[in-house]
Amino acid sequence: MQKDFLEHGLNSNRRRFLSRLSLGLGSAALGSLLVPDLFSGDSSDSGLAPGIPHFAPKAKRVIYLFQNGAPSQLELFDYKPRLREMMGQDLPSSIRGNQRLTGMTANQTAFPMVGSFANFQQHGESRNWISDLLPYTSKVVDDICVIRSLHTEAINHDPALTFFQTGAQQGNRPSMGSWLSYGLGSENKNLPSFTVLLSRGKGNSQGVYSKLWSSGFLESIHQGVQFSSGDDPVLYLKDPDGMNKYERRKFLDQVSQLNQLSYEQFGDPEISTKIQQYEMAYRMQTAVPEIMDLSKEPDDIIKLYGTDAMTPGTFAANCLLARKLSENGVRFVQLYHQGWDHHGNLPNEIASQAKDVDQASAALITDLKQRGLLDETLVIWGGEFGRTNYSQGKWTADNYGRDHHPRCFSIWMAGGGIKPGISYGETDEFGYNVVKDPVHVHDFQATILNRLGLNHEKLIYKHLGRRYRLTDVSGKVINDILV
Amino acid sequence: MKKRIYYFLFLLISVLYTVQSCNYIGDAQSSEEKIPDQVSYNFDIRPIFSDKCFACHGPDANKRQAGLRLDNEESAFKALKENPSGHALVSGKPQLSEVFMRISSKDTSILMPPPSSNLKLNSREIDLIEKWISQGAKYETHWSFTRPKKSPLPKVKDTKWAKNEIDHFILSKMAQKNLEPNKEADKEYLLKRLSLDLTGLPPSIAMMNQFMADKTPGAYEKAVDQLLKSPAYGEKMALHWLDVARYADSHGFQDDSYRSSWPWRDWVINSFNTNLSYDQFITLQLAGDLIPNATKEQILATGFNRNHKITEEGGVVDEEYRVQYVIDRTNTFSKALIGVTLECAQCHDHKYDPFSQKEYYQLYAFFNNVKEVGISSTIGGPETYAKNPMIQISNDEVKNILKFINKQDTNKLIVSVMGDRDTLRKTYILKRGAYDAPGKEVVAGTPKSILAFDNNLPKNRLGLSKWLFDKRNPLTSRVFVNQLWQEIFGRGIVKTAGDMGMQGELPTHPELLDWLAVDFMEHGWDIKRLVKQMVSSATYRQSAVISKDKLKVDPENIFLSRAPRYRIKAELVRDLVLSSSGLLVKTIGGPSVKPYQPSGLWETASSGRGVLRVYRQDHGADLYRRGMYTFVKRTVPPPVMGIFDASNRDQCEIVRLKTNTPLQALIMMNDPTVIEASRVLASKIDVEPLKIQDKVIKAFRLIVCRKPTENEVKILSQYYNDQLVTFKKEQSRADKLLAIGEYPNPEKMNKYSVAAMMQVITALYNLEETITRS
Repeated sequence: MQKDFLEHGLNSNRRRFLSRLSLGLGSAALGSLLVPDLFSGDSSDSGLAPGIPHFAPKAKRVIYLFQNGAPSQLELFDYKPRLREMMGQDLPSSIRGNQRLTGMTANQTAFPMVGSFANFQQHGESRNWISDLLPYTSKVVDDICVIRSLHTEAINHDPALTFFQTGAQQGNRPSMGSWLSYGLGSENKNLPSFTVLLSRGKGNSQGVYSKLWSSGFLESIHQGVQFSSGDDPVLYLKDPDGMNKYERRKFLDQVSQLNQLSYEQFGDPEISTKIQQYEMAYRMQTAVPEIMDLSKEPDDIIKLYGTDAMTPGTFAANCLLARKLSENGVRFVQLYHQGWDHHGNLPNEIASQAKDVDQASAALITDLKQRGLLDETLVIWGGEFGRTNYSQGKWTADNYGRDHHPRCFSIWMAGGGIKPGISYGETDEFGYNVVKDPVHVHDFQATILNRLGLNHEKLIYKHLGRRYRLTDVSGKVINDILV
Repeated sequence: MKKRIYYFLFLLISVLYTVQSCNYIGDAQSSEEKIPDQVSYNFDIRPIFSDKCFACHGPDANKRQAGLRLDNEESAFKALKENPSGHALVSGKPQLSEVFMRISSKDTSILMPPPSSNLKLNSREIDLIEKWISQGAKYETHWSFTRPKKSPLPKVKDTKWAKNEIDHFILSKMAQKNLEPNKEADKEYLLKRLSLDLTGLPPSIAMMNQFMADKTPGAYEKAVDQLLKSPAYGEKMALHWLDVARYADSHGFQDDSYRSSWPWRDWVINSFNTNLSYDQFITLQLAGDLIPNATKEQILATGFNRNHKITEEGGVVDEEYRVQYVIDRTNTFSKALIGVTLECAQCHDHKYDPFSQKEYYQLYAFFNNVKEVGISSTIGGPETYAKNPMIQISNDEVKNILKFINKQDTNKLIVSVMGDRDTLRKTYILKRGAYDAPGKEVVAGTPKSILAFDNNLPKNRLGLSKWLFDKRNPLTSRVFVNQLWQEIFGRGIVKTAGDMGMQGELPTHPELLDWLAVDFMEHGWDIKRLVKQMVSSATYRQSAVISKDKLKVDPENIFLSRAPRYRIKAELVRDLVLSSSGLLVKTIGGPSVKPYQPSGLWETASSGRGVLRVYRQDHGADLYRRGMYTFVKRTVPPPVMGIFDASNRDQCEIVRLKTNTPLQALIMMNDPTVIEASRVLASKIDVEPLKIQDKVIKAFRLIVCRKPTENEVKILSQYYNDQLVTFKKEQSRADKLLAIGEYPNPEKMNKYSVAAMMQVITALYNLEETITRS
C-alpha cells in the first residue's frame, strides 16, 4: 500500500502531487527541492512525504565507475593460466557453441586463443587473483567483491551500454540513476540527485551519449545532470559576464515580485512552484561551484588519488569529485571513462588505460573508508561486456587484440552492503563460458536496487499501459554477495 | 520512535492526498468515490480487470493461468477448467462467482490477485465487481474498438454560452460537477493564446493593436483566419508531427553521424500550410512510393518511415538491426496512427489488448519488404547521409517542382525514403521478439479486433493506408482528433494519447471525442477546419484564471471550466524570445542549424569519429532561426530543448511532459540567446523617443503580449532606474553584458541606459507568464 501510494503520487505527476500536498499541509515549502528526499525520512523541515524504501537499505548512495568500451577481463581480473599454454590453438567449437559473433570477427577462419601478456598474483587475506596491471587495486582487494561471471545479451557497444544503464537494449527507458532518483529522491536540496562525470582515457574510444543518463519516460527532473570541469560546471549555471551575485539577487527579487502578482491574478500553483524553482537555481549557483572546487583538498588526498586529480576532467579528478558529490548527498554519481575498446594492440593500450584508472579507483575506496562512508556508499567498477579469449586478427604473444564477448566478464563492487574480500562466479579454463554462479545484467541491477532498500520488482512506473522496471521482466538478487 | 512518527505522517499525508484526489477521474479513482447505480464494464470494470487481472487471465495465451480468460465474455462464463462445477462468473450471482470469491477472500492462498504479484484490489474495486456481477456481468466491446457515432448534442441550460458543438458536450459535463465556465478571457490574453497555439509565435504589436481596436463581432474569427493563413502555422503544426515521426538530423546510434532528411521536414510544413487533408497526409507518408507513377514529392513523403535510428556501428549483426527498423516502423504506426501499444505483442501475445503476437507480425509484414539492410555504411562522407532506399533531389527539381524545399547550395542532396523489394521478403513470428528465432510464417494483415483486413486490398502499405482510412476503422480519426485536442488544450480527451487500448486512460468526454472524430471524417479529414472548430469554441475562449473553488473541485481541469494554463514547448520558448526581440529570422525549412550551445557537449561525448564529433556553431542569420530548426543530434540532443521537455527523437513520442525545474530557471537567466535578445531589444527601445515608463510598457507588450498594470510598470521602472545608477558606477559590468552574443550593437549607443533596459527585459523573459500559454 505504501508503494502504491508512492507510485501513484509520483506517477500522476510529482509536481502537482507536491503542490497538492502543500495545499493540504498549509504553506509547506514546495518545489524548493530538485527532488524531495523520499528516502531518509528526514523531512522535518520540508513537510514532504517521508521516505518509503521497501526495506532497510544498506547503501544510501552509488558511485558507478563505468569503464566504457569493455575492459578485457582476461588481462585484469579473470586469471586463466591455461590460455597461455594453449596460445595460438583454435578455440574448440564445443566451447564456442552457438555464440553469435560481431561483424568484426564473424569472418575469421580461425579463433586462436591468446593468454594474457600480464601476470597475476594473489593478494590480501582474500587471496584474490588480480593482474599486475592494477597494483593499487590489488591493495584494496580485501575491500572489494570481484564478480567474474557477469554476462549480457548484447555484443555491440551501443545496445550493451544501453542495456546496462536502462535494462533494455533498445528504447527510451530511464537510466539506473533516474530510477534511483525516482524511487528515493535526493538527499541534498541544492544538488541534483543524479550526476554524471565524463573522462576520456588513452585507448580506443567508443562514445558515450546523454541518452545514457536520460530519464526516459520519467519526469526530466530525474535526468542525470552532467557536471563538467569547465568554468560552467552545470549547464547555464554561471551568471553571464557582467552579472554578480548581488545583482542576481536583486534581479530575482524583481522577477519573484512580478510572478507573485501573476499568482494573485491567476491562482495557478505552477506560479508558486516557478518562484521556488528560481530560488533553488540561485542556491545551486553557490552550492555547485563549491563542490567542484578541488583546490582546497589537502595534499594527502591529492597524493592518494594521484597528481592527475589536479587536472580537471581526468578520471582521477572525477573520482575525487565523485567522493565529494556523494558525501554531499548526491544519490547516484555516474562516471564514464572511455578508452577500453581494444580490438588490436591490446597489451599496449590496456596497460596505459589501466594505469590511468587504477590508482584513483583504489583511492576512492580508501578515501570513502577513512571517512566512514564506504559502508553506506556502493562503488561499482566495470564495463558493458567482456572480451574474447581468442585474438581478433593476427597475434603474437605480446601483441594481439580481443573482440567483444558477452558470455563472461568481470566487474567489482565495494561497500554499501556488499561482502568485502570475496570473489563470486567462475568461468571455464578457457575464460569463455561461465561455469559457476552466472550473474545476468538484470541480476546485477536487482542487487544494486536491493542494497538501496528497493525491491526491483516493486520499483515500477506505469507508462503507456505497461508497468516498467529497471530489470525489465527478470533479474534476481545475488544473495551470496550481500553482507 | 522516529519511524513511527514518519509512518503517522505518511498516513496523514495519504489521507489528505486521497481526499484531494476525489474529484479526479483517470488512474486515481479513490476508494471512497461513490459506486455508480449502473456499473459499466467499459468504464468501471475493464480498467480494473485490465490493470490487475489480464496479465494472467487475458489475451496472452502463453501466460494464461488456470485456462481462465476474463477479457472475453464467452470464455469468462465457461465452466472452469480446473473445477468444471465452478464458474468464474455467474450472471447476477456474485456469491457463486469464483471471481468474486477469490478477490474478496481472506485466505491468502486463494486470494486474487495473488500477493506475489504485488497487485491488490481496493475495497471500492471489489464492490464494483460485485455490483457488476449482480447486475448481470454484462460485457461491452472496448470503447475505442467500436465505431464512433455522432450522438445528439447534449441539452444545456445556458444555451447562450455555446459557440459551437464542442461547448455543448463540455458544458453538460461541467454541469454534472456543478461547475460553471469562466468568462471569456480578455482580448489580449486571447490573442496571445491563439497566436501561440496556431503559429507558435507571440502576436506582433500591430496585430495586438488591430485586434484590440476591432470591436466587430467577427474580430475573433478574423484573427483566427489571419493566423491560420500565416506560414508559421505549418511550422507550429509540424512541431508535434516531428515528435511523432521521431525526426532528427543524425542516425542515432554509437558514432551518431549526420543524416539529411530535412527535405522531408520541409514537406511536412508545406503540407500543413497547403492544408493537405489528413488522409492524404498520412497515405503519402505511408505509401507515397506505391502510388502508381509516384511523383518525387510523393516518394519524399515516405521519409516518415525512415526517420528511425540507423546504426553505423562497425561489427553489428546486420539482420539484428534490420529487424529493429521494421519493429520501429510497426510500433510507430501503432502508437501514432491507431493509438495502441501494439509493441507489447512483439515478444508475446498482448497482455491487455486483444492483439496476438501473430497479429503483430502480420502488421510488421507491411513494413518488412523494404530494400534495406541493417548496416550499409559506417560513418563516412556525404554518401552516408542517407541510406538505401533513397532519392536524390536535384536543384532543378527544387526550382521547378519541389519548391517547398529550402535548398540554398548546389551540393548533392539525398534523402532516405521507402521502396519495396520486387520479391516479397517472408515474414515470420519472431519468438520472444528475437531476430534470430523465427517461428511460423505469416502474411500481412491487421488486428481483427480493430478491423479485419479486407482481402480485396493489396497486401502492401497502400492497402494498409486504405484500411486506415476505411470509415469503419474505429481508431484513425479518434486518434488524430485527440492528438490535435492535446496540442490545443494541453492534454488529450484521452490523456494517454498514444494508448487508447485497455490500459490507456478512458476519455474524459467520450461523446465529444466521437462527435469530433465523425465530424472530421465527414468533412474530408480537413485539418485546418478542425483546428478552427476547436479554437472557435467558447470552451477555448474562457479565461485561464483558477479560482480556489475550481482548484479544489477540479485541480487537473478535467472538466475544462477554465482555459488550460501551461508552459509552452521548448522550441516555442526560443521562438518567443527571438520573435519578441526582433531577432527571429523567419526563413522556413532548410538544413537544421546550430545556434549557441555550451562548449564541449558533443566533443566530450564523442568517439572522436564522424562529422558530428565537434559542434561547429553557426553564425549570422542561422543563429536566429526558430527552435524547430535547431539541429538534433540524437545521442546528444540540444540541452536547452531537453531541459524544457522536448523529445530526444529516439522513438515516436505523442505526449510531452511539462515540467517546472530549476534548470529551466538557469537557462532563462543565463542562456546567451536570452541575454542577446534582451540586449538587442534594449538597444532598439533605448533610442525611441519615449519616456522610461513607455519604454517599459513597449517591452512588456512585446514580450508578455499585454499592457502591464500600473504596479508592474512601477516595479520595472524602479528596477530600470536602479540599474541605470548601478551601471554608471560599474561601467565594466555594462561593457561585459553588452558584449554577449554575436549580433552587432549599434555604432552609437548609451551603454548605461541600454544595459539597464537590458536587465528589465531579461527580467521580463524570466516571468512565468511570458512563457506560459494562459
